[in-house]
Amino acid sequence: MEYFDKVKVTAAPHVRSTNSVTGVMTSVMIALIPALAVGVYYFGLYSLIVVLVCMLSAMAFEALAQVLLKRKISILDMSAALTGMLLGMNLPPTVPLWLPVIGAGFAVVIVKQLFGGLGQNFMNPALGARAFLLASWPALMTKFSPAIAGSWRSILVPDALTSASVSGGADAVSGATPLQALAAGSNLPGLWNTFIGNVSGVIGEASAAALLLGGVYLIIRKIITWHVPVTYIGTVAILTFFLGKNSFDLMTVGYHVFGGGLMLGAIFMATDYSSSPIDSKAKVVYGIGCGILTAVFRLFGPTAEGVSYAILIMNLVVPLLDKAITPKLYGEVKVKS
Amino acid sequence: MNLSFKGGIHPLSSIHHGKYLTEKAALEVMPAPKVLSFPISQHIGAPAKPIVEVGDRVLMGQKIAEAAAFVSVPVHSSVSGTVTEIAQKSHILGRPVLSIVVENDFKDEKVPGFGETRDISKLDKKELVGMIQEGGIVGMGGATFPTHVKLSPPDDKPIDYLIVNAAECEPFLTADHRALLEKTDDIVKGLQVVMKILGVQRGIIGIENNKKDAIAKVRTAVKGLPITVKTLRVKYPQGGEKQLIQAITKREVPSGGLPMDIGAVVLNTSTCIAIYQALVKQIPLIERIVTVTGIVKKPSNLIVRVGTSFEDVCEYVGGFTEHVEKLITGGPMMGIAQYSLDVSVIKGTSGILALGKELAVFPPQVNCIRCTRCVQACPAGLLPLTMNQHILRADYETAEKYHVMDCIECGACSYICPSNRYLTQSFKLGKMQILKQRKAQSAK
Repeated sequence: MEYFDKVKVTAAPHVRSTNSVTGVMTSVMIALIPALAVGVYYFGLYSLIVVLVCMLSAMAFEALAQVLLKRKISILDMSAALTGMLLGMNLPPTVPLWLPVIGAGFAVVIVKQLFGGLGQNFMNPALGARAFLLASWPALMTKFSPAIAGSWRSILVPDALTSASVSGGADAVSGATPLQALAAGSNLPGLWNTFIGNVSGVIGEASAAALLLGGVYLIIRKIITWHVPVTYIGTVAILTFFLGKNSFDLMTVGYHVFGGGLMLGAIFMATDYSSSPIDSKAKVVYGIGCGILTAVFRLFGPTAEGVSYAILIMNLVVPLLDKAITPKLYGEVKVKS
Repeated sequence: MNLSFKGGIHPLSSIHHGKYLTEKAALEVMPAPKVLSFPISQHIGAPAKPIVEVGDRVLMGQKIAEAAAFVSVPVHSSVSGTVTEIAQKSHILGRPVLSIVVENDFKDEKVPGFGETRDISKLDKKELVGMIQEGGIVGMGGATFPTHVKLSPPDDKPIDYLIVNAAECEPFLTADHRALLEKTDDIVKGLQVVMKILGVQRGIIGIENNKKDAIAKVRTAVKGLPITVKTLRVKYPQGGEKQLIQAITKREVPSGGLPMDIGAVVLNTSTCIAIYQALVKQIPLIERIVTVTGIVKKPSNLIVRVGTSFEDVCEYVGGFTEHVEKLITGGPMMGIAQYSLDVSVIKGTSGILALGKELAVFPPQVNCIRCTRCVQACPAGLLPLTMNQHILRADYETAEKYHVMDCIECGACSYICPSNRYLTQSFKLGKMQILKQRKAQSAK
């Protein structure tokens, strides 16, 4: 019969959705754009360069590692680019450009490719690299510049940015992050400024509003579920309400929720597929665990921040959670003994 | 409110699940072809035993192979003519099956009583069930399980839910949809007979909410009768037997058990028609509605004689419009790919679907990214990504611990996977291997 020769025979199903890894990774990058835009607006165009250097070097390192490991080069799936983007947004705006290159190399080669590549990393590559950089170059990694509205127009050089705090005028805030200020008891920026991002911090964490926007986008697009972000942020809010510096103070809770890396961590880092649990009940446990650790590190630890280490530690618990908590089976019957 | 189950997907929703091609196409009787071939195995269970010989003249509706066991049904000739061959022929399941070939004399000479109304009001349950087996009736949704077995639950398993499965959740298929619209009375009467057999007070017809015209039509037809129409959410696999039961009764069929264990019996729409035809009109199962669709010239809903070759059916709708990448019997999610058109329409053939290169895609598989879309989609509550890992490592034992045997092979996980992993396909392999091992163990 006409048109009927050399048909293909496979097992069902015979059709596929248009979902793809590239699509997933691109969606997350789109969700990060508002937060990045706010970061660039307040910290200068230089921070955009930091993020771009991260992305490009992550892709380059991935290709290099895949050549050396004799794997198929898959940098166009954008997963390395996303890792780079997340790392970049976890760096202070003034780092010298060799730092992101090293960080991207660590994230992609050590944490991702050496453990099996896409989907096999046991911890979040961007956070692993951030922890590595923080341990190796603590001074560079904690040097925050003040947020200055509109600095993207003129400021390209990090030195100019740091000195701008002197002449920044009314819009300038001190170089301390809200959480550092909270811990030190020094002058706090307004909660509204903290919410919209007019505060010091790493490039991506400044604006809780922009990060929430990205989170809503990801949940609507069904890229992530609500379980991890909601339980994580909720746990931190509850614990800081009771145990925070000024207990039973909603302002303190506000700074803890909007001020540090919590939004970026809970929405974009803790939800990393490879290093978060499979089942939604397990996701709730994981989110609560992240929240407890974050609160403990922030309230009782020596540094103002705790999100990175909380997530990294919970990453290591994921295999156990995956074993212990599985979905409810349809028609599950009690095992007869 | 639209009832539903947990999990599920919306396959090919961007092209209206492929149903737009045929949902408005009224049923059309396809004339019987010159030669028909009747496989003796068109059902789950023991193959039927041929009772005719080469050279015999057979009549339309005549039994040409008889049931070989309790879980078996006879096969009837759908035309009058001469038996020209009894030999192994290609079969839709892939392996050749002994088939009785009949050359049509185009007289449609019928067996006595064929088509004449029979009064069944005085017959008892056992007689009716016996007639259903004699009518060669099997589940016509695709699984082809002999219907009389379903209707013979042991006394300690009372049935309180009798459900007609009119969800038709498979993309592209519209056979049930058209049947609901054009054979409404047969369906309702068939359901009433089965209600009597099972002693069920109220029958339920479950229809997916995208068939609004059918819902309205059936609702009018059952007015005043102890039959309820339930609307179901449009979601695949809503028509999976276990999922339909969950949606309507909120009960779950126990793992490894049967619907009758929780008091439910589910019948396909076409099966209801066949029951009515066999019991009241004395017409055995010799024809069925087949949706012929995809890249064919004239997508149609045909009433086809069982035994007609796929080649004749495809020719009747004008052939194909472009190169066929895949030819599927059934729908694109659970149907079986064919390598030849030289196979027969059997009792379970609900559709013939030709896919061109637009939909028959073979994207390369990449690493699992653990996005858990498969877990969210799985209507059986399984962990497809985890089971896949173990099966690819040939660790069937661990896969079994993760309940791979509870997989209903609906294909939702493979469909949704962004890494294009062959999940369902690997579970089919795993289940086969586990059954093989069980067999080997029990043989010891």
